[in-house]
Amino acid sequence: MRALDLDYMLGLVPVILGYVPLTLFMAAVAMVLALLLASLMAVERVIKVPVLDGFVRLFISFFRGTPLLVQLFLFYYGLPQIFAFLTQIDGVTAAIMGLTLHFSAYMAESIRAAIVGVDRSQWEAAESIGMTRGQMMRRIILPQAGRIAAPTLVNYFIDMIKSTSLAFTLGVTEMMGAAQKEAAGSFRYFEAFLVVAIIYWVMVELLSQAQRQLEGRLNRAFAR
Amino acid sequence: MIDIRGLTKRFGHQTVLDGIDLSIEAGERVVVIGPSGTGKSTLLRCINFLDRPDSGTIRLSNLGVDAKAASRADILALRRRTAFVFQNYALFANRTAKQNIMEALVTVQKQPKAEAEKRALAILAETGLSERADSYPAALSGGQQQRVGIGRAMAIGAELMLFDEPTSALDPEWVGEVLDLMRRIAERRQTMLIVTHEMQFAREIADRVLFMDGGRIVEEGPPDAIFENATDPRTRAFLKRVRSDGSA
Repeated sequence: MRALDLDYMLGLVPVILGYVPLTLFMAAVAMVLALLLASLMAVERVIKVPVLDGFVRLFISFFRGTPLLVQLFLFYYGLPQIFAFLTQIDGVTAAIMGLTLHFSAYMAESIRAAIVGVDRSQWEAAESIGMTRGQMMRRIILPQAGRIAAPTLVNYFIDMIKSTSLAFTLGVTEMMGAAQKEAAGSFRYFEAFLVVAIIYWVMVELLSQAQRQLEGRLNRAFAR
Repeated sequence: MIDIRGLTKRFGHQTVLDGIDLSIEAGERVVVIGPSGTGKSTLLRCINFLDRPDSGTIRLSNLGVDAKAASRADILALRRRTAFVFQNYALFANRTAKQNIMEALVTVQKQPKAEAEKRALAILAETGLSERADSYPAALSGGQQQRVGIGRAMAIGAELMLFDEPTSALDPEWVGEVLDLMRRIAERRQTMLIVTHEMQFAREIADRVLFMDGGRIVEEGPPDAIFENATDPRTRAFLKRVRSDGSA
């Protein structure tokens, strides 16, 4: 057994940190898109639009029922063989698309459950003053559902940040890819991947702190 | 002003409203009494389409709605010209007291925000809640929440205000303040349809009392006639029962 090469690790930290913006970029864009898509699907699942409901259920079933890695490979390596125009898509875009679709399926279910969890009196009060369905959802139901779903959604975001490492398998040089390249030259694989692990860990911890603050703010209206 | 014909509502096999006919004049204050589960609340909820009636017509001034053919636009129009006060207050949990009152004005009536806020503050002053304007419902007592609920209904300026057992969920200590507020609204000759178990209050403010049983209006008349000289045995039995409970 040999000792950890701490100097090597310290030297590697700034190199890997240089790829943090790309990781956050992929996760943030995918999160925003997934939230939008998931909210639309969740509202649809609650009000049940004929025909569309079948598609939404199929979508959710497929993207929850298959591994993210398989989905990414299907998009990036598989689909371009069938649809030629998809060969234009680069690894980062494919990763963002894959993350969006995959996580939107999970988030749709938790947002749907949160919508259903909003007290019946809130729906009735909104109806009684003559709000349209859209107004009711936007102004009363979704904000309250958001509060219920927030802890779960932040968990998905954390999962999403970590899942961006799979973009490595699409040839994207992100944190994992950079560490792999560095280690290939120095043969210090353990140190390189340990640096990656620690940086992910710290990012997630910082996010968990932010989560506690967010929940405090969201609960303000409900404090007695 | 409001004219209801043949209003019928079934839940499964049970007929909850059995062809209700009811006309209310502008400025009239009508109180509905009767045993639990006889369709009093359902009547109010059907007028606002919170429950969709199975058949019958509701005419409010120049707006006619046929239950069987009611479009979404008809229902919205009807709801925008009536106001509903809920037994459980049903304040918007994510809005402050002031915002609860402003919501319909800003979102539904498209009033400028400043104007809506002015109106909301005036109503809060009237309901004695000025200092709670920025409190969220969870921080208010039951009585305060219901006064905001009534304030929200007042703000709409509805032709008809519907009160669905507004004091039934309240601790006894808060009932008085809510009834006081309703008395003040009644004094302005606001058209009101009230379901309540507060018999003394009913007697005081009603122009007309309806006794409902089994999904029908069994008997109606001025409060004195109903409370002193009810002719239908069911009305007499009900009044005797509530009096022996000490509630009137």
